[in-house]
Amino acid sequence: MVDREKVSALVKEAKSERLEERDVLINTLHKVQDYFGNYIPIEAAEVVAEELGVPKSKVYEVLTFYTMFSTKPRGKYVIRVCVNLPCHVTGGREIVQTLQETLGVKFGETTKDGLFTLETTSCLGLCGVAPVIMINDQYYGDLTPKKLIELINSLRNGGDTK
Amino acid sequence: MPLTATTILVCAGGACISAGEESVKQTLEAEIDRYALRDVVRVVETGCMGACSLGPLMVVYPEGVFYQKLTPQAARKIVEEHILKGRIVSEYLYKMPTGEAVPEAVEKLPFFSRQVKIATRNVGYIDPSNIEEYIARDGYFALAKVLKEMTPEEVIDEIKKSGLRGRGGAGFPTGLKWELTRKSKGEKKYIVCNADEGDPGAFMDRSVLEGDPHTILEAMTIGGYAIGANQGYIYVRAEYPLAIERLNIAIAQAKEYGFLGKNILNSGFDFDVEIRIGAGAFVCGEETALIASIEGRRGQPRVKPPYPAQSGVWGLPTVINNVETFACIPPIIIKGAQWFKSIGTEKSPGTKVFALAGKITNTGLVEVPMGITLRELLYEIGGGSSTGKKIKAVQTGGPSGGCIPSEYFDTPVDYESLQKLGAIMGSGGMIVMDEDDCMVDVARFFLEFTVDESCGKCTPCREGTRQMLQILNKITAGEGTEEDLQQLETLANVIKDTSLCGLGQTAPNPVLSTLKYYRHEYEAHVKEKRCPSLKCKSLIRYVIDPTKCVGCTACARVCPVKAISGEVRKPHSIDNEICIRCGSCIEVCRFGAISKVSP
Repeated sequence: MVDREKVSALVKEAKSERLEERDVLINTLHKVQDYFGNYIPIEAAEVVAEELGVPKSKVYEVLTFYTMFSTKPRGKYVIRVCVNLPCHVTGGREIVQTLQETLGVKFGETTKDGLFTLETTSCLGLCGVAPVIMINDQYYGDLTPKKLIELINSLRNGGDTK
Repeated sequence: MPLTATTILVCAGGACISAGEESVKQTLEAEIDRYALRDVVRVVETGCMGACSLGPLMVVYPEGVFYQKLTPQAARKIVEEHILKGRIVSEYLYKMPTGEAVPEAVEKLPFFSRQVKIATRNVGYIDPSNIEEYIARDGYFALAKVLKEMTPEEVIDEIKKSGLRGRGGAGFPTGLKWELTRKSKGEKKYIVCNADEGDPGAFMDRSVLEGDPHTILEAMTIGGYAIGANQGYIYVRAEYPLAIERLNIAIAQAKEYGFLGKNILNSGFDFDVEIRIGAGAFVCGEETALIASIEGRRGQPRVKPPYPAQSGVWGLPTVINNVETFACIPPIIIKGAQWFKSIGTEKSPGTKVFALAGKITNTGLVEVPMGITLRELLYEIGGGSSTGKKIKAVQTGGPSGGCIPSEYFDTPVDYESLQKLGAIMGSGGMIVMDEDDCMVDVARFFLEFTVDESCGKCTPCREGTRQMLQILNKITAGEGTEEDLQQLETLANVIKDTSLCGLGQTAPNPVLSTLKYYRHEYEAHVKEKRCPSLKCKSLIRYVIDPTKCVGCTACARVCPVKAISGEVRKPHSIDNEICIRCGSCIEVCRFGAISKVSP
């Protein structure tokens, strides 16, 4: 059950931060997504539409256009893998393969234990230490399949993102 | 206040952080406390120093000694030896390709000595979270000069005379953009910083935002004054949380010091800046899509004209400049247009920041005068290939750009020369590829990217790129025909001519440029079903040389699909029907007995 009052409070908070109020939607969605962990329940999106006085369809179209928003619950750790050329030529293909094998999921899926969601990302701008992945807000560079497996295992065993 | 004898700059750029900068810095501070040196040694976390492959990095002043590849143990040793006893710790110094350590000051190292830093003049030298360090390096002087001594027209004139061109890729003259926007009528005007850096392989904007955020605020305020805007937006992609954090700190400090807000420096001019955060859409770097996203809508581009100078944010006149372009503004105001013009080439004055990535020894960021040749950039500064194999091509301009083969490495780097080669300057990303990289695979890779990022509004881009990708998938799978090659070329030209925005219009470039220079590779895939670079998995097989194999079983044990069989101490063999071509066996074989062949 979504706490509607909390969502309304978030919308009000987003509105209050603005010099101009018209363009508040994306920022509000970021706040709502942060509050729910890493997704936006449809019910919460409906509250956003009501509070901002915009049609639900508009919230939905924005929500689904941007890859960082999700309407499905995601894992505790969202692993975003850079799938761009600088990472590809420096061993990114093996990183993708290792991740899919180790986690047993494909891109866009979440592991059964609810720990990991695997996603792709556009270039993270850390090409100097490619291949790179991002787990939640942390970057991990110069990866090898071995380092990656160690990292995943440590997170599985309750370790923290550094 | 005690006099600081030693200042240690620790690079806190994204790459160094991911390489363990934090634990290095913590150890450094703990050691400094342990020896009670707190009063005489200052540790400063700076933005990206540029030499990303060597991180974590630090520079110890006053000598300017550059240390690389640091660990907590290294930090301990440097405090014990260098700081306490004045002995340079050679094992962490910069190494020449010969392995010789270079004890010279950081500016004299080959990676840095050829650089001319304008846009990144403060990045890696100051604490980005401290406005006073920015001010100490002439920060906000340009703003003061503009507000006290210059009319808006004079500012525009100076920028026009400098010849500064947009660093985001297209190279439109900045001064002209400002003039057009100033002349447009509108009840309000806006100035926008495009910090939606999305080109794969480009990360200069990130480094400026993280390492010198105040320069963006200062330049936007100057721009606002010049065009008559009181409101600015910085549109940052959500993938850059650190940049957002540092910008927020900078904005709060600038407000506190009176460089932003009402009546700036008592001039009567008001200006405010807000951050808008993207949410993961590459197309938002296109200016009309970016405007849509600022307004809280789907980031879809629209037809131009009208250009943002006439109708931008909320339909009002808007200037949109890239981060690096803004970063050039304050030095131009302080030192003058003539000084700026004296650097670089006639049609492309000034410097450009390049991001070196891929198979190059010194990956990272470098700022060099325009007109430098690719050879100088890739070999003298970049240190050449990192794999020991010959560099085959460099890809510039990301998914909108093209591949430049090594035969053309004596070309000077400027907007026009690169365009003539079928590539573009783009935002300055340079992805280096060696003989192991298949150009068809590279083209396919970029198309995959474009298909993913196409916003779907216009048909040529939405459907056309998808068709191109299908053909490329066929070719790399060894199922391509000669008609496919023709189809590919026709499609590429149609998409180029008929797409709505820059994304679609430039999406075929990677295919066109590789077809131009590497047609023989395409033909090998199509006619001979062979991948000359041994990259395309469907066209290669793994084989074990029975004369070299000693039967150690290492490969059979590491193979994830059990495709390798053989008795102990007898030559093994690979069943290519089962083999998934993961390459694990080649990595573990100590006898060089396994190789890839095509076909």
